[in-house]
Amino acid sequence: MAKVYGAVEINSERCKGCDLCVVACPADVLGLQPKEVNNKGYHFAYAAAPENCIGCAACATVCPDGCIEVYRVVEK
Amino acid sequence: MKQEEIKRPENKVYSKPALLNDNPMHYCPGCSHGVVHKLVAEVIEEMGAEHIAIGVAPVGCAVFAYNYIDIDWIEAAHGRAPAVATAAKRLNPDRLVFTYQGDGDLAAIGTAETIHAANRGENIAIIFINNAIYGMTGGQMAPTTLEGQVTATTPYGRRVDLNGYPIKISDLLSQLDGTCFVTRQAVHTPAAVRKAKAAIRKAFENSMAGKGTSVVEIVSTCNSGWKLSPAKANEWMVSNMFEKYPLGDIKNTVSK
Amino acid sequence: MKEEVRLMKGNEAIAHAAVRYGADGYFGYPITPQSEVLETLEALMPWETTGMVVLQAESEVASINMVYGGAATGKAVMTSSSSPGISLMQEGLSYIAAGELPCLVVNVMRGGPGLGTIHPSQSDYFQATRGGGHGDYHFIVLAPATVQEMADFVGLGFDLAFKYRTPAMLLADGIVGQMMEKVVLPPQRPRRTEREVIEQCPWAVTGRPSTRKPNIMTTLELDSYKMEENNRRFQQTYALIEQNEVRYEEYFTDDAEYLIVAFGSIARICLKAIEDARAAGLKVGLIRPITLWPFPYAPISEMSRKVKGILTVELNAGQMIQDVRLATEGRVPVWHFGRMGGIVPNPQEVLDALNADIASLNK
Repeated sequence: MAKVYGAVEINSERCKGCDLCVVACPADVLGLQPKEVNNKGYHFAYAAAPENCIGCAACATVCPDGCIEVYRVVEK
Repeated sequence: MKQEEIKRPENKVYSKPALLNDNPMHYCPGCSHGVVHKLVAEVIEEMGAEHIAIGVAPVGCAVFAYNYIDIDWIEAAHGRAPAVATAAKRLNPDRLVFTYQGDGDLAAIGTAETIHAANRGENIAIIFINNAIYGMTGGQMAPTTLEGQVTATTPYGRRVDLNGYPIKISDLLSQLDGTCFVTRQAVHTPAAVRKAKAAIRKAFENSMAGKGTSVVEIVSTCNSGWKLSPAKANEWMVSNMFEKYPLGDIKNTVSK
Repeated sequence: MKEEVRLMKGNEAIAHAAVRYGADGYFGYPITPQSEVLETLEALMPWETTGMVVLQAESEVASINMVYGGAATGKAVMTSSSSPGISLMQEGLSYIAAGELPCLVVNVMRGGPGLGTIHPSQSDYFQATRGGGHGDYHFIVLAPATVQEMADFVGLGFDLAFKYRTPAMLLADGIVGQMMEKVVLPPQRPRRTEREVIEQCPWAVTGRPSTRKPNIMTTLELDSYKMEENNRRFQQTYALIEQNEVRYEEYFTDDAEYLIVAFGSIARICLKAIEDARAAGLKVGLIRPITLWPFPYAPISEMSRKVKGILTVELNAGQMIQDVRLATEGRVPVWHFGRMGGIVPNPQEVLDALNADIASLNK
C-alpha cells in the first residue's frame, strides 16, 4: 500500500495565531505555540507532531493569511 | 522519511498564490476576508487574467484589498462599487472587472447601485462578503444582522419591530433578469473553500463571456465583531447564519 | 463629420460637442433643465459611430461614480445634471478631485434651495467655486454665455481636465441650456486608442501588464504625513491652474468710470444695459469671468483702482460678489444686483440698479 508523507512550512511571522489551521487539520499535526510569540505578539501555529502530516493541505486551504506551504510525497 | 526530504520544491502541493503579495493583511486573526482574497488571487492567476483584471473595492474592511492582491484596483466610495465597475467594464469590455463588497456596502448604502447594475446585466462579478455586521467601524448592525444578534448598535439584540428584518439580498438579486449566476458559499472548511473558489471562477468566466451579472455571496465570520474566537465564530456561523443564509446556488442560467 | 453650422439649444450643443470631441463615455440622469443632453446623446447613438458609451444611470449618485470609474481607467468621461442633481454628486466629485482624475461635469443651474424651481439661476456659484464636497479641493469652472461656448467649453473642459488631472465643470445657467442659437460644431476627432490612453495616462487602471506595478486608484491615506503630502500636491496643482488658466472677457473697460461684473448669459443682458448707459453718457465697462475658478482677481483688482464703483449682477442673492470684493480689497464700493427664483432681469432693471447705487455714493 502506498504511504503518504506530508510536511508543512509555516511563515510564523505572517501567522496571526487564529487557530483555524489547527481546527482544520485531520491528523492532529498542528498546534499554537503555548508560550513563544512572533514579532506581532501572536502565538503562531507550528507543527507539533510533524510525523503525523499527510500533506492534505486542509490547514493551508483555510488559512486566512496564506502562511502555510504544504509538501506531499506518495511512496509506492 | 525526514522532513527535509519531504520539503523539496518538487513535492510542494500548496502555497499562497503569487498574486497575493507579502504585505501582512490588516484583517483580524481568522477573518474570512483573507481566505476570499486568496481565492480571488488564485482564480485570477489560474485564468491568466492578471493583465486584464480590474478590482473595485469600496469602503469597508476590504477597502485595502489593493494592498494585498497585485492587480489594478479602484477604491470606491461606500456603496458605489457597482456603478464604478459598470463604467470600467463598459469602457473596457475586454477587461475582467469585479467588485468586492461587504454587507453594509452592498445591502444598505449601495443597494440601488447593486440592484441596478445587476438589473442592467452588467458583465461584472460581484463578490459579496456577508458577515452580518459592520466590521470596519467596530461592529454595528448590518442589514444582514440576524434577529436577536447583539451588535454595537443593537446592544440588546436586533429587534425586527425596531430594526426590520435581515435582508436576503442575494435572493433578491436572483429575481433580476440581468443576473446569470447567484450563489451563496462559505469558507469555513477546506471543502467549502474549494466550492467557493469554483464559484468565483465561474463568476469571473461568466463576466468575460458576457453572460450578465454574477453574484458570489460568501457567508463569513467577523470574529472581532461577534466577540468570539475564530474557531467559535465558524461554529456560530454554521449554527446561526446558515439557517437564514443557506449555502448553494440560488440561480444559474449559464449552462455548465 | 466635418465642421458644421447648426441652430440648436445649448444642451444639444453639449451633446454634439462631446461626441465630436471624441469623448469615451457619458453617464447621466434626467433632470430639468438639462435633460436634452442625455436625450440628444441617445438620439445620436454615438456607440454606433465613435464607440462612445452613453448610459442612463439610476441616479446622479451612480452617474458621478460611473464617471469616477471611467476616469480611473483613463477615459474621457462626463456627466451632466442640474442643481439638485449636482448636490447629489458632491461626494463623488470630492473623490474624483482626491483621485486627481480628469472628467467633465455639466451643471445647467436651476433655482434653489431645495427642489426650488426649474427656471434659470446662478445660485450654485459657491458650490462650484469652493469645491462643493468635503475636503480641501477645487476644480476648474467654466461659465458659458452662448450656445457656441456651450459647445466650445466641452473640448476646452476636457483638455484642461486632462492637462491638470482635475475635474472641470461647465457651469451654465438654465438660459444658456435652453435657448437656441447658431453654433459652429467642430469636426469629429477620433477617440483615443487604447495605446494612446495608456501612453497619456500611465496612472490609469487598465489591467496590469507584467512590466509594471499595480495601478491603484485610491483616495484613502491613513498616514497623516502622507495625506498632508497629497494635499500639498493638490494645492500645487491648484496654484498652477490659478497661474495659467484664468479666462475672462472685458468690454469698454478703457474709459470706464463704473464696472459691471457678470458671468454667463446675464453678462449679455449687462452688455445691453452698458450700451444704453453709454448712450446716456454714463461710462460703464464689463468684465465677464469665463473661469469662475480660477477667478480673474487681477483684472478686477486693476479696474478697482480706476473706477468709482463696481456692480455685480447675478441670478442669486450675491455669491460672486464675495470674490469681486476680495479682488478690490476695499478700494471701491461693490454693489450687488440679483434676481432669484428663476427671474431674469432685463437691461433696464440692471441700469436702474446701477443708477441707484451711483446715487447712493453722492448722499
